[in-house]
Amino acid sequence: MMDWAAGKDDPVLALDNISVQFDKRCVLKNVNIRVYPGEFIGLIGSNGAGKSTLLKVILGLLSPTQGTVQVGGPADGKGERLMGYVPQKLFLAPDIPLRGRDLVALGLDGHRWGIPLFSKERKRRVSEILEAVDAARYADAPVGQLSGGEQQRLLIAQALLTDPQILLLDEPLSNLDIKSAYEVIQLVSRIGREKGIAVILVAHDMNPLLGVMDRVVYLADGKALMGQIPDVFRSDVLSDLYGYPVEVLNVQGRIMVVGGRNFENNGYPREAICCESNEVL
Amino acid sequence: MTRLGELLFAPGFFQSAEVTRALLLGSMVAAISGLMGVFVVIRGQAFIAHALADFGGAGAAVAFLVRINPVWGFLTFGVLAATGVEFLGKRAGERDLSTGIVLSVALGVESLFLYLDTHYTGHAGAPMLILFGSIFLVAPFTVPIIMALTVTTGVTLDLIYRPLLLSSIDPELARIRGVPVQAMSLIFVILLSLVVEEGSLMMGALLSISLLIGPAAAATHLTHRMGWAMLWSALLGITAMWMGIVLAYDSFYWPPAGRGWPVSFFICVLVLLFYLLARLSSQRSQVKVRVARKCDA
Repeated sequence: MMDWAAGKDDPVLALDNISVQFDKRCVLKNVNIRVYPGEFIGLIGSNGAGKSTLLKVILGLLSPTQGTVQVGGPADGKGERLMGYVPQKLFLAPDIPLRGRDLVALGLDGHRWGIPLFSKERKRRVSEILEAVDAARYADAPVGQLSGGEQQRLLIAQALLTDPQILLLDEPLSNLDIKSAYEVIQLVSRIGREKGIAVILVAHDMNPLLGVMDRVVYLADGKALMGQIPDVFRSDVLSDLYGYPVEVLNVQGRIMVVGGRNFENNGYPREAICCESNEVL
Repeated sequence: MTRLGELLFAPGFFQSAEVTRALLLGSMVAAISGLMGVFVVIRGQAFIAHALADFGGAGAAVAFLVRINPVWGFLTFGVLAATGVEFLGKRAGERDLSTGIVLSVALGVESLFLYLDTHYTGHAGAPMLILFGSIFLVAPFTVPIIMALTVTTGVTLDLIYRPLLLSSIDPELARIRGVPVQAMSLIFVILLSLVVEEGSLMMGALLSISLLIGPAAAATHLTHRMGWAMLWSALLGITAMWMGIVLAYDSFYWPPAGRGWPVSFFICVLVLLFYLLARLSSQRSQVKVRVARKCDA
């Protein structure tokens, strides 16, 4: 793993002091994230920790109450164009008249006006990326009849065709069996390294990612902690983040974060006024 | 050969100006409904289409009362309802409810004006005309209007094809790619209202969506490609339309002789038949796919 602190590259994504408030409720509190080219980042948090809000902020779908988001370094302000997005799941009718390769091709020119015209170049690029994600076998099958893992690969291929600097995957593992999940992780990690694309993978369990993650962003109660795995997954560090005693257990190479034994502390105030506070994490 | 011809086409079929006009208009409406229908099916907006048709019907009933061409009533009310549905239900979950509300208001207004129509204009046939249509009675000057609408809708659909497809598949993904998803949705529902109101003129407000949903649903069972599905859908619609017109013309001599059966009836039955046949054929091919998969593993 590389030493990202050296920082010889400009970050491809920089979030500074991001806070998001819905009505009175603080969903994100002073989040700071830096992602460098080619890095594999796991964005880990349980339900309600603020993962999807953070994702929306990164994707530019939600403007934060406070803080700045910079995509693609200070020089080019192309923003979300540089981001390839892989949605969690497709909600498609099984009989939608769309083949795998048609879905992938939308990554190339789905945002353009008009109907797609036949071009050899277009066909070549689609076939090439289908090979790269090992999805050529079922590229001609209707998308709606493919399994979750197969659809996931097509979605990754689609995102790669947008020629991104950052590949963002929204909980890609949550609908997959263990083997497919492993394969998707390996695939994304390989492609990220080969092409120098930063990968941000959102998940609620960090364990499948332990072998491939360069750094982790751990979210709890709207607060985020970013760092190397051994620095983040420590009982004292995470207890601080949660504001509640938790223990980090290491079970046969796997990490488990469990609530502390002291249940007296159950009444810890969750609704702290956050957006004003400037506590540095 | 001529005997067979006479058996299929009752005398005067090819000489009648009404029939020629019906074939021309019917083909246009069936084609554009078929093209739009595939998007309606993949976006799951059949219910909205139905509500738009009924709102248009209410408009036609109003137009009938003030003695202007019903086509204007259909169109204005249709577009208004389309915009209303879109703005009432921004989230997908609300859309079903807002459509239901629009639909019931439409039917309520329609019932009032149809009553007023029969009362004040002395046209007892007004409800039948508006609700179930009459393709042979379409006024000649409606032809250029229908033509213009068909071309406009076709060209617009062509222009927004890719962003519309992307936002139909995954709105969030489309938004990230810079597609104005809400504008797509609004444009689509307005196009939908135009197509549905065209259909209402031929098939009546209650039956206009039969050309929209049925052929498209059948087409999705025949092919896995978007372009082919749209082509199939248009072809099936046109076929149903032509066969329906022939049968309706022939039915002039069927009991009770002297009045043809409604074209809409024949078209609906034919579309259903096509749909069932398409499903049957796709079920057989799906079994093959499944078996092939098993051996693969």
